[in-house]
Amino acid sequence: MSAPDSEADQPSQAGALGLIQQLFANAAIVLAKDLLIEWRTRTRLNALLFFSFATLLLFSFALGPDTKLLERNAGGYLWLAILFSSVLALGESFRVERENASLDGLRLVPTDARAIFLGKALGNGLILILIGLLLIPVMVALYGVTIAMGFGPLVVVLVLGCFAISWPGTVYSAIASNARARDVLLPLLLFPLIVPALLAAVKATSLVLQGDPMLQLRSWLTLLVAFNLIYWALGLALFPQVIEE
Amino acid sequence: MARRIYYLVIAMAVAMLATGAWLALVWAPPDREMGDVQRIMYAHVPSVWMALLAVTLNFGCSIAYLIRSNWKADALAEAAAEVGVLFGAVGVTLGSIWGRPTWGVWWTWDPRLTSAAIMLVSYAGYLALRRFVEDPERRATWSSVAAIIAFVDIPIIWFSVKWWRSLHQVQSSPSTVDPKMTLVLRWNAIAFLLVMIVFIWSRYRIALHQRERELAPPEALAAEPQSRTPAAGALR
Repeated sequence: MSAPDSEADQPSQAGALGLIQQLFANAAIVLAKDLLIEWRTRTRLNALLFFSFATLLLFSFALGPDTKLLERNAGGYLWLAILFSSVLALGESFRVERENASLDGLRLVPTDARAIFLGKALGNGLILILIGLLLIPVMVALYGVTIAMGFGPLVVVLVLGCFAISWPGTVYSAIASNARARDVLLPLLLFPLIVPALLAAVKATSLVLQGDPMLQLRSWLTLLVAFNLIYWALGLALFPQVIEE
Repeated sequence: MARRIYYLVIAMAVAMLATGAWLALVWAPPDREMGDVQRIMYAHVPSVWMALLAVTLNFGCSIAYLIRSNWKADALAEAAAEVGVLFGAVGVTLGSIWGRPTWGVWWTWDPRLTSAAIMLVSYAGYLALRRFVEDPERRATWSSVAAIIAFVDIPIIWFSVKWWRSLHQVQSSPSTVDPKMTLVLRWNAIAFLLVMIVFIWSRYRIALHQRERELAPPEALAAEPQSRTPAAGALR
């Protein structure tokens, strides 16, 4: 009896800061585990990448060979491609846990469920960012885009947008992975929710690509940051309820 | 007692709705610019108000469920969401019908219209989630989480779409319109509120009975196999 007690006492002695440190340390372990799985089964990541390339190609077929139109809407196509791949990536992230009931195992680990949320959401966000980074050159080549404001701001928008998808997306994919018709349910829940983030990300990307004479970029980035903060906090608060039995 | 109040509310709702229709179609003066088309406002605006009210009720019940794990909160959340989607759909459809003669188009990407449509889709997703999860406890918890996430999104959607573009006419304040119009609008709002209460109440009772049946032990385990809802008393 004494051993678990002394272990449980440790964080309370260290105080709130220690708890937060512990949370992030555990989240890092979950993240490392997910990235390792991702690395060892690279076929999945590759499939995801080629899926998103194919999406970008399809947009140009759907809209015809009007290069002006394609160039003007490039930001929107980029984000739709990321959004479509995000549904697959998010779905996979909890399908992996359902195999061999490994989510039950993860829950048994004496750690905060919020660490699982943080680790999963960071992992999903990183995968989306990677896809986005690889899509940017494809977009530049396919649609003949010139990046007016340079690569740096584009990466900032990409990072904010991808995490805006991954915070609520991780909560929803944890829910949907255990429901019937989960492949339909996840986009049905996620797409309407993500509209403000998508809108802000597309607008910000277009401004970065085509220049920002009216200085609107700041307000769209603020919206993205706010969306991130709100759903990060909501995810931390609600996720433990989702995976609790 | 509750039964009596229920029928009383139904009677009041029908009476107020009937007089409200007469007030809106005959008694209220036509709008100076839009003419009789404007009368659709007396049904459109209350519908949207009620949809927002129902969605707020759904949000409150979802929080209550997460805190107290109360089945009544879950049943009420389900009822409120369904009725909210119904009123929202009516409101958006009426708005669209009104938009055709007034703006010349069935649909514009105006912030209110767009936010309402996105809200409808997100609550349709919530209702789908409820259908897709069989286990009542999981369904209640997960749908509460989804409801909270969806509700928090409404103001964000509103602001983002508003920045995106704007066309919807600004609401008139009661001081600038004919007092008759304000009166009729308020009368109809109360009528719609009563209708909504009836709908939510009825749907809530159905939902509560469904929960009772789901949570009842299987018939083989029940003390009396003949009685259909052995655990019916447990919830009351």
